[in-house]
Amino acid sequence: MSVDLSRRQFLSASAALGGGLLIGFRTGAAHTAESAAGAAFTPNAFIRIGSDGQIVLTMPYVEMGQGTYTSIPMLIAEELEVDLKQVRLEHAPPDEKLYGNPLLGGIQATGNSNAVRASWQPLRQAGATARTMLVSAAAKRWNVDPASCRAQSGEVRHAPTGRRLKYGQLAAEAASMPVPESVVLKRPGEFKLIGTPAKRLDTPSKVNGTAVYGIDARPPGVKIATLAQSPVFGGRVKSVDDSKAKAVKAVRQIVRLDDAVAVVADHMGAAKKGLAALVIEWDDGPHAKLDTQQIVDQLEKASLNSGAVAQNVGNTDSAMASAVTRVEATYQVPFLAHATMEPMNCTAHVRKDGCEIWVGNQVIPRAQATAAKTTGLPLDKVVVHNHLLGGGFGRRLEIDGVTRAVQIAMQVDGPVKVVWTREEDIQHDMYRPTFFDRLSAGLDGKGAPVAWNHRFAGSSVIARWGPPFFKDGLDPDTTEGAIDLVYALPNMHVEYVRVEPPGIPTAFWRSVGPSHNVFVVESFMDELAAAAKQDPIAYRRALLDKAPRAKAVLELAAEKAGWGKPLPKGVGRGVSVQHAFATYMAQVTEVEVAKDGAVRVRRVVCAVDCGTVVNPNTVQAQIQSGIIFGLTAALRGEITLKDGRVVQSNFHDYQMLRMNETPAIEVYIVKSGEAPGGMGETGTSAAAPALTNAIFAATGKRIRRLPVANQAAVT
Amino acid sequence: MAQTLTINGKARSVDVDDDTPLLWVIRDVLGMTGTKFGCGLALCGACTIHLDGKPVRSCITPVSAAGGKRITTIEAIGATPAGKKIQQAWIELEVPQCGYCQSGQIMSAAALLAAKPNPTDSDIDAAMSGNVCRCGTYVRIREGIKHAAKKGT
Repeated sequence: MSVDLSRRQFLSASAALGGGLLIGFRTGAAHTAESAAGAAFTPNAFIRIGSDGQIVLTMPYVEMGQGTYTSIPMLIAEELEVDLKQVRLEHAPPDEKLYGNPLLGGIQATGNSNAVRASWQPLRQAGATARTMLVSAAAKRWNVDPASCRAQSGEVRHAPTGRRLKYGQLAAEAASMPVPESVVLKRPGEFKLIGTPAKRLDTPSKVNGTAVYGIDARPPGVKIATLAQSPVFGGRVKSVDDSKAKAVKAVRQIVRLDDAVAVVADHMGAAKKGLAALVIEWDDGPHAKLDTQQIVDQLEKASLNSGAVAQNVGNTDSAMASAVTRVEATYQVPFLAHATMEPMNCTAHVRKDGCEIWVGNQVIPRAQATAAKTTGLPLDKVVVHNHLLGGGFGRRLEIDGVTRAVQIAMQVDGPVKVVWTREEDIQHDMYRPTFFDRLSAGLDGKGAPVAWNHRFAGSSVIARWGPPFFKDGLDPDTTEGAIDLVYALPNMHVEYVRVEPPGIPTAFWRSVGPSHNVFVVESFMDELAAAAKQDPIAYRRALLDKAPRAKAVLELAAEKAGWGKPLPKGVGRGVSVQHAFATYMAQVTEVEVAKDGAVRVRRVVCAVDCGTVVNPNTVQAQIQSGIIFGLTAALRGEITLKDGRVVQSNFHDYQMLRMNETPAIEVYIVKSGEAPGGMGETGTSAAAPALTNAIFAATGKRIRRLPVANQAAVT
Repeated sequence: MAQTLTINGKARSVDVDDDTPLLWVIRDVLGMTGTKFGCGLALCGACTIHLDGKPVRSCITPVSAAGGKRITTIEAIGATPAGKKIQQAWIELEVPQCGYCQSGQIMSAAALLAAKPNPTDSDIDAAMSGNVCRCGTYVRIREGIKHAAKKGT
């Protein structure tokens, strides 16, 4: 593949500090217009090759378990012809001009499973450009034809004479070489790293306790604080009696905010003890009587009204009129908490002339901006030290925890680490929205779907998080998985009704829009197969002639799962197919349902076509992870409100799947030369419908409301 | 009142209330941050340490219960034969993802392996089901324990 790298495109080189070679590049395809206009070019990520040969990648993406600290360097190392171990990472500072994610509208964020997708072309191009310039520098020094030189293992070699120069020796000269007009990227058959199971670079530190997460930050003199926020969203502190709390040994200070109280101490044990000793009277505010059912009722009602048209194909009204069979159903999914293993926390040190923040967060510039806004300091006086994230799942795409820490730190002399208890973490999360869905379909005489109507009501996270991307009543996230289906549906109509629930904040949650839509669509597709008295896989396959990649993963999953082989009574198999995050996936799940409704997931077989695989080790790990995450939510996940308060508080009533409940998981990766698809979330959204379709196969019970809980019980 | 703890073979003096959970003494007072906070109620296992070689949840274990006992944390588990094998298996099988719960997973797994060099699946279920992993690394944790067990004693 030859790639045009003229000035109109997106590469430049300049001398790096210390005489090295610095390559700036854009991490995506969204900037050609600006470049075409000849505007001054601002790169948004950097390779630095020092005269010592050290290769530094300034990483715009944060590591929260998804393996990005390994897969992104692989792209550079592949084209640069260096060992992965030679690439060192530096975390990018907050700077959206330089490090904005082109697949997230230029917001510097790690999310939506798109780090590899956004980096795939530009990082390889940057590596290839650096390599080409290093070769040119060597050829010039040796006075030979660059074509007679080649790069290998971090050095340039001239085979005819056996001469060699290491990259570090060439870096200064390479920086003065002209940027090549075009570079040739490797063909897939030439890949040495891409497609091989690379060892994660962060593993050693994660097995011996040396990995440093935000919660581990310990600036000198740091105090530890924990807090109680108004138990009802929107409530205020009415009064605080802190006399007993102040008497607790090692408690140093009580900080009162409008809607929260914090106890500052020498250690978290004392802070928690002090918090328990506080007597706080709250003014609950307008949501004091809010109940989850009121919100669901509101959505159900809203789903009767027309909404914004997300997709229309053909004419469902006339198709429905001619249908032989009509199928209707309503679905509902609950609020969900993120429950990252590392509870929310942030360390802040506010001085008169500046502010320092220590945190693990998916949106560093927003962390910086809220600290500046809260303190009134200029942006450049706020320094953010980013850390490893003990889980993200969308929770750390929010900066409410940073704001809180800064508010508290403004009243504390010296640095203070604000650590939320697990109860606070679950009860003051920002939640995956609840949705209510209304569907109808018409089948022809052979059972094929001739009309598909889907209307759903719920919160748009995008409308708050990235307002410019909410247009005409729609956003690309809330509708993903409900539109552009893999199936050939001749008449299809999808509407979205935005309803923001009162008294509970909503946010992105692993697998975002598809976490809701794929459950609904794949469940309803199963209902259609049942109505047509056809096998769920055969029924789907007949609709996939124009989606060969979807058909291939479906067939592979069916074959590997032994679809159709007899099962004992009370055991069933279910299937789901999806195209989300630019990845095709099919899951076949096998469940055993006891008479009391207890569901045991025995086995999940997953076939995936995520295009070119960068690190198969990570792909497999992310699918296992995503499936466990999705099954956890589907089986038990539910956040409810009573009297305006979140009912659940810790892992006893917001339960996680555990070792003894973990099914066998088999992952089959389809070989593909297509561009890479996202992997961080796709396993999650595919898990719920395969599970509930299996419960239907085992029991005849159709689960239309999550979580499953005890709905499968024989009544 | 001041008391002396033996952590990873070293004597350390701390002055905290007797009922202070060991977790906070280890993390905040002594500054050893490898042991993690997850729930505070012994529901997730992130804070698992060893007291005289037995796994305990440090978030509900008062400091007064540790007097005269040997405390071992993730920072030193590699010095035990079982801990070293578990850590090695975790690296070879690429177990951790976000990694936050893995200190606790490794402490539980090391205690299991020390007690049962060839654990069965049900042994693994029994020993490991108190440890939550939100990244869902359970499949590889199970493989990792079996991998470590194969290396023998």
